[in-house]
Amino acid sequence: MMTKLVYFAWVRERIGKAEEEISLPAEVITVGDLLNHLKTLGEEYETALQFPEAIRVAINMEHADHDEPIAGAREIGLFPPMTGG
Amino acid sequence: MAVQPLVRVQQEDFDLQAEIDSLTQGRGRLDIGAVVTFSGLCRDEGGTLGALELEHYPDMAEAEISRIADLAIERFGLFGLTAIHRYGKIAPGENIVLVIAAAPHRQAAFDGANFVMDFLKTSAPFWKKEYAKDGKEGDWVSARDADDAARAKWAAKK
Repeated sequence: MMTKLVYFAWVRERIGKAEEEISLPAEVITVGDLLNHLKTLGEEYETALQFPEAIRVAINMEHADHDEPIAGAREIGLFPPMTGG
Repeated sequence: MAVQPLVRVQQEDFDLQAEIDSLTQGRGRLDIGAVVTFSGLCRDEGGTLGALELEHYPDMAEAEISRIADLAIERFGLFGLTAIHRYGKIAPGENIVLVIAAAPHRQAAFDGANFVMDFLKTSAPFWKKEYAKDGKEGDWVSARDADDAARAKWAAKK
């Protein structure tokens, strides 16, 4: 199954794209697993996700903790801590 | 019927007075006794900043602000709430964000607006990038611990 990933701010800049659809291996269960998996996809991912604890994640546009399962996610957003307001 | 917040994420500027009027006059009842309006502007950072570029996560930004707004309406018994956040390039002196909270009495209106801003800063998906006065692209603004602390105080005091 393909999962849509969307990136924002410096995560987007470092990975070098705003979004992509990827197929995730079965052993990727949680948000934390996803971050670790993405880091193996290339240098740009490694740079973007060097400090995974700093990365915020949203599943289907709702904030998700790193231990949450990603099963059923249609869209997963990865971004830095927010600085709006 | 539950109070519905008005939430907008837009590139264009907003008009404070027009937004206050539509919030207070659109209710069809005269039971609002307090309106607190907060607007956030772009600072020039001592004359060094040329502009901020605000990036956002479309749809999630509206959804997240609506979630925060619903919490505030419920918790403080607000009669009306408007939250507008801009995106795109914003120059010093221009508006970035507007929160208007209406309630029967002032404390709920103050608290409601304060609560929405504290949560919006830390959980609405917006990011600011700085551009220098000469137009040169700068850095992404870092999240501040003080903003997390401001949000955490609402869990403690309920």
